[in-house]
Amino acid sequence: MYLADRRGTTAPASAAAAPGTRPGRRAAAVPGTVLALGAVSLITDVSSEMVSAVLPLYLLTGLGLSPLGFGVLDGLNNGVGALVRLAGGHLADRGRSGHKTVAAVGYGLSALCKPLLLLAHTVPLIGAVIAVDRTGKGLRTAPRDAMISLATEPEHRGRAFGVHRAMDTAGALLGPLVAFAVLRLAGGPLLADGGEKGGYDAVFAVSGCVAALGVLVLLLFVPGRQRGERAPSPAPASLRDAVALLRLPALRRLTVCAVLLGLTTVSDSFLYLLLQRRLGLSAQWFPLLPLGTAAAFLLLAVPLGALADRIGRRRLFLAGHGLLLLAYGLLLGPVSGDAVAVCVLLLHGAFYASTDGVLAAAAADAVPEGQRGAGLALVGTGQALARFACSLAFGAAWSAAGGTTALAWSAGALALCVAGAAYVLREPRDPSEVPS
Amino acid sequence: MTEPQPPRRGSQATRVTILLVAVLALGSIGAGAVFVAADRSARRDQAQPGGPSVAPGAVRLDAPAAGRQLVFRNMAWGPHHDEVVSVPADHPDGVRTASGLQCLRFHAAAGTGVCLQAERGALQDTYRAVVLDDRLHELRHFPVAGIPTRARVSPSGRLAAWTVFVSGDSYAGTDFSTRTSIVDTRDWNLQDNLETFAVIKDGHPYQAHDVNIWGVTFADDGTFYATLATAGQTYLVRGDLAARTLTTLHQNVECPSLSPDGTRIAYKKRVAGADADAPWRLYVLDLATMTETATAEQRSIDDQAVWSDRSTLVYALPGDFGADLWTVPADGGGTATRLLDAAVAPAFLG
Repeated sequence: MYLADRRGTTAPASAAAAPGTRPGRRAAAVPGTVLALGAVSLITDVSSEMVSAVLPLYLLTGLGLSPLGFGVLDGLNNGVGALVRLAGGHLADRGRSGHKTVAAVGYGLSALCKPLLLLAHTVPLIGAVIAVDRTGKGLRTAPRDAMISLATEPEHRGRAFGVHRAMDTAGALLGPLVAFAVLRLAGGPLLADGGEKGGYDAVFAVSGCVAALGVLVLLLFVPGRQRGERAPSPAPASLRDAVALLRLPALRRLTVCAVLLGLTTVSDSFLYLLLQRRLGLSAQWFPLLPLGTAAAFLLLAVPLGALADRIGRRRLFLAGHGLLLLAYGLLLGPVSGDAVAVCVLLLHGAFYASTDGVLAAAAADAVPEGQRGAGLALVGTGQALARFACSLAFGAAWSAAGGTTALAWSAGALALCVAGAAYVLREPRDPSEVPS
Repeated sequence: MTEPQPPRRGSQATRVTILLVAVLALGSIGAGAVFVAADRSARRDQAQPGGPSVAPGAVRLDAPAAGRQLVFRNMAWGPHHDEVVSVPADHPDGVRTASGLQCLRFHAAAGTGVCLQAERGALQDTYRAVVLDDRLHELRHFPVAGIPTRARVSPSGRLAAWTVFVSGDSYAGTDFSTRTSIVDTRDWNLQDNLETFAVIKDGHPYQAHDVNIWGVTFADDGTFYATLATAGQTYLVRGDLAARTLTTLHQNVECPSLSPDGTRIAYKKRVAGADADAPWRLYVLDLATMTETATAEQRSIDDQAVWSDRSTLVYALPGDFGADLWTVPADGGGTATRLLDAAVAPAFLG
């Protein structure tokens, strides 16, 4: 098969990676490093989503943690993860092989956490393991994206990030299926049925093995220094330099826009809740809603990434938020039914496909190579913290005025922010770049 | 265009070899873990020596000629594990009559049963709630969104309620919620999600995105009680089916169970200072005075208790084979005693 004859990138995982890539002439623009990193993400996501799929039930029925405990845990971890990402990006810019080293530490930390779940049986210990796992995820994100950007010619970055995100999402979709297969093979009933812990232990053990494989693929098949990566400068960038990145006008504008738009991006769980309520979906469909978004993201990430390379990344980033606005509009509209739900999920997936990797590609354009990790981390952290703030505000608005009204407010704010971002991101030399 | 530099010295072949060896080694570890778990669960099909004796037979949910019956899910290992079984209520240690019907959760009253069961699928298990007649024949079934946790039938046998956990899918993180439904077996009108009822909290209309409802217990065919959780706090609510409202009555109440005379609620209370791994104690709330009474059960319980009579509670605790049933007086006196080994989800009939 195609991947096998590319030097430096052959990985057994490539068979599994195939759904996210398009073998053939198109993929010629996607460097081996990106495919290798995509494979690492795919394998790692299989591992982590295996655990995510069974963890709530394990905590709940195995450890008696009430449903109320989870939200707090999640919020804390998201905040910590966003800050760790800044540190990861900054550390990665320092020294030779910095990106690969920091990414390897991040993937390695998360991999270590899976077998630890076999030993941690109390709520504080499990909480600590989850926190370390998220720390690993925070650490690796910016250096990984920096490596993708450094390995790819600037004109193909949108597609490269699209390929990576598609592979990543494929892993996330596969993980729960693998977990289910392991539980089925282990044969025991679920814990909620009065079953034994054995099946869950098998899931954690297999997840640990899969994660270790991901780290190994990273170590073996991802180059230590990227094509564009220079030897370290005599005086490595300091933390102050990383913050000073905001003095770069292009990066500052992009960060401001990512934050503004992040502040009006309603979190997935709120969107699914409203989807179910507003469209009168039967409760049995609720667990499948995230799969709809992920499937659309998976299918559209590569074509929309390529489109970003053609029409401009910032333009597609804005257009993607336009798609999200359309999804809000459909939800608020008078029409209900399953067809509308499918359209909303499609738009939601398309929103991710035209903003997630595309933002990283756009940010890479705005940051010099030596500070790529810190620059990407800055934009990503800004966006993540803004989305977190949005969740808090949206929850408060829901309590004050109801879910539908909260969504209407968000839609209005999103429209304003898209317009504002379009103004901020306008191309000075080409006014036609401003999307209407 | 330059290719990326190889990551390390050493040829492509070496790296592929290392990877293949690692795949073999990690694959063996993973397969071993699965094998160990499978071996352990296979033992569940063998009856354990000294365990309760179980024989196939007819289980009925109406007033049985044989006297008062205790019907429950049999957790004992062997060919009839997970089946709904019955024993005479005054001889709970007697031979269990196994119905052949497997349920994860079960409840019954006045000739109506509700059985929450799993349907094995190729990619995922799905779950359904089955409403049963007095001979355990299916009247109707409803798909549910997640793993079953609570089931109840109203005293008249007309209404059935169930709660499932919705969680655990891709991207869901540790987000977690419950879904509770009530069906009227007379006209099969289904209230799919009680979260859509209007909430009146402390006398005022209340709305929030994080409202969760679980653990219905019926007073009659129009009124029920349940747990409502929001903003990190749980409440006892009284539900009105016709008005579609939920009214908060008391704080820190989970999995309520109404006494046969309708005056008291047995429930799980989260107690201050308890171990995070064992946070609940079994309490009884007097609805007229709102006074709480701790039962003599000192362990943490995670079950919706049932009343075996006006003054006695029955509930499940983890046991050697999943769960055992225990009993304790509702007035705070006495001591907790074991009622039955290897049993869960009991209902008293007749």
